[in-house]
Amino acid sequence: MEFFLQLLVNGISLGFLYALSALGFVMIFKSSSVLNFAHGELLAIGAFLFLVLSAWAKLPIVLAFALTLVGSFALGFIVERLFLRPLIGEALIEVIMLTVGLAAMFKGLLLFVFGGDIHDYPEFLPEGLSLQLGTIQVPSVYVAALIIGIVFLILFGFFFKYSSQGIYMRSVADNQPAALSLGVHVRRVFALSWAIAALVCAMSGIVLGIINGVNVHNLSGIGLKVFPVVILGGLDSIGGAILGGIIIGLLETFTGGYISTSLREIIPYIVLVFILMVRPYGLFGLVEIERV
Amino acid sequence: MRKLQFHPCGNFKESYLEELAIFATDFGRLWMLIGLVLLFGVIPIPFISSPFALYILNTIGIYAIAAIGLNLLIGYTGQISLGHGAFFGVGAYAAAILATRAGFPFWAAVPAAGLVTAAVGMIFGLPSARLKHLYLCIATLAGQFIIEYVLVQWEGITGGAEGISVVGATLFGLDLGNDRTFYYVIFVCLVVMTWIAVNLVRTRFGRAFIAIRDNDRAAEGMGIPIFPYKLLSFAISSFYAGFAGALYAYYMMSITPEPFNLWLSIIFIAMIIIGGLGSIPGSVFGAIFIVILEEVLSHATQYLMNIGATGIGITIAPLREFVFGLAIVLFIIFEPKGLAEVWRIVRSSFRLWPFSY
Repeated sequence: MEFFLQLLVNGISLGFLYALSALGFVMIFKSSSVLNFAHGELLAIGAFLFLVLSAWAKLPIVLAFALTLVGSFALGFIVERLFLRPLIGEALIEVIMLTVGLAAMFKGLLLFVFGGDIHDYPEFLPEGLSLQLGTIQVPSVYVAALIIGIVFLILFGFFFKYSSQGIYMRSVADNQPAALSLGVHVRRVFALSWAIAALVCAMSGIVLGIINGVNVHNLSGIGLKVFPVVILGGLDSIGGAILGGIIIGLLETFTGGYISTSLREIIPYIVLVFILMVRPYGLFGLVEIERV
Repeated sequence: MRKLQFHPCGNFKESYLEELAIFATDFGRLWMLIGLVLLFGVIPIPFISSPFALYILNTIGIYAIAAIGLNLLIGYTGQISLGHGAFFGVGAYAAAILATRAGFPFWAAVPAAGLVTAAVGMIFGLPSARLKHLYLCIATLAGQFIIEYVLVQWEGITGGAEGISVVGATLFGLDLGNDRTFYYVIFVCLVVMTWIAVNLVRTRFGRAFIAIRDNDRAAEGMGIPIFPYKLLSFAISSFYAGFAGALYAYYMMSITPEPFNLWLSIIFIAMIIIGGLGSIPGSVFGAIFIVILEEVLSHATQYLMNIGATGIGITIAPLREFVFGLAIVLFIIFEPKGLAEVWRIVRSSFRLWPFSY
C-alpha cells in the first residue's frame, strides 16, 4: 500500500510536469494548427537561458527569471517571423518538416554551446514549500510545479475565453480565411501565439531543469513525450492536456513500478495508438467535421 | 526507322498516352542509356573509383531505394509516416534472421525481408483507416518507438542491443562480400525498383494514390475504396524500406538496433523533401544530397578536430546536426519542390537557351 501510494504521488507529480510542458505545444496548435516538433528544444532553450542568467551571470533569481521570460518571448517572435511566416498556407508535411529541421538546428546549437552534460541551477526554492502527506514526502519543486500549472491553467482559460487576442486566436485556428475576412490580423495572431508559447515553454523548461537538471537530451526527449499527452487530451484542449499528462504520468510510474522498467518508456506510445484507434480526436478534442 | 522526337515548342499532347509517357523525347532515352552505361560500365572500374567512393555510392543506392518507397507513401498518397526508419530496421532484421536462423540464401532473403516489412507496415498503416494528417503522423511516430523497443527487447530473436552478424552475401556461388561486387547488386536493385515505381504511378493504382492525396473524400466519392489503397500504399512503401534494409544488413554484415531510430526516419523524410515530393527521380537526388552532405560534414568535423585542440572537436560534432536542420529549413522555405524542380529549371533553361521566354 505504501508503495502504491508513493507511485500514485510520483505519477501525479510526473504527470503534472508533462502537462506543464505540453501547455506551450497546445498553445501553438490551438492558434495555428502547427504540430511543433521543436517543442522539446524550446523547453531546453528556456532552461538554458535561465541557467546562463542565474548560474553563470549570477543575477538575482527574480531578475533572471524575468529576463528569461522576456528573452524567450522575443525568441518566439523571431522564430515565427523567420521560419514559420513564409509557410502560412503551405502543405502540412512542409510545416511539420520545418519544425523538425528547427529542432535539429536548435539541438545542434545547444549541444555545441553547452555540451551534453547535466547542469544544475543554484538552490533557490524555499524549503517550506514541501508537503508531507501522511508518510509520503512531496518535494517542494513539485509543489511549485503544481502552483505554476494551476495558475497557468486559470490564466489561459480566461485568456482564451475573454480577452480579444484569445478570441482572435481561436477564430484563426477554427477557420483562417473566415477570420481574415472578418478583419482579424492573422499574422499578428501567429506571432503572438509563438511568442507566448515560447514563454510558457521557458517556464516549463525551468521547472523541469530544477527537478532533473538541465540537459539537452532529456529536455528534447520530453518534447516527444508531449505527443501522447496532448493526443490523449485532445490536441487543442488545455484542460485535456493536464488530464492527459496526469494519466500518462500515472501510467508510466505504475508500469515502471509493477511490470517492467524498460516498458515504462514505451507504454505511453502503445496507449497512444489505441486511443487514436478508438477516439481519434482525444478525450476532449474538437471533432472536426469535414466537407469536400 | 522511326523519326527522332524532339521537344515541341509548346504543349501539343493529343492523348493521355502522350501525357503519361516517361520519356518525352528520344534524347531522354539516349541520356538514360548513357547513364546506365556510366553506372554499370564506367564507375565500377577500379581505376576510376576508390573503395571509399564505392562505399558512398552504395550507401546512396541503399538509401535511394528506401526514399523512393517513402515518396510513394508521402509524395504520392499523402500519408505522412514518421516510422520509415523503423521499417528499414525491420527489413534489416528480417533479412538477418531469415539468413542466420532459417538459412535463406541471399536472393531469397532480401525479397522475403521486403514482404515481412510490408506486412509490418500494413499493421502500422491500420490507423490510417480513421486517422489522417497530424493524427496519422503521430500514430506512425508511436510505431517508430514501438518497433525500436521490440528490436531492443525481443532478445531471443533480435539479439538485443548486441545485434546479429550476417554472413556475407553470395549469389550462385559468387562472393558478393566486397564493395565492388555489392555495388552491382545494389544498383541493379535500384534500377529495377525505380523502374517499378515509375511505372506504378502511371497505373490505376498510382492514379488512385494521387487522387487520395489530393482529396480523399472526393476520391471516395469517385469510387476509389480509400482504405485498401492506403493500406496498399503503406505495404508498397514498407516493402521498399524493408528491401533496402535487407541490402543494408548484407552490406554492413552486422546490425544493431541503434541506427534505426527516429533520426533515420527524419533523414528519410528530409531526403524526399529536399529531393522533391511526388517525384521518383527526386527521391534519388535527395538520397545523393543527404549522403554527400553527411560525408562532407563528418569530414569537416574530423578536419576541425585535427587542427583544433582535442577538446574542441567534441563540441564541434553537434554542428552536423545544426547544418542538417538548416539544410531542411532552407529547402522548405526557398525551394519547397526540391531538387527535382531545380533540375527541371536547369534543364529547360538549357533547352530553351537563347530564346527562353
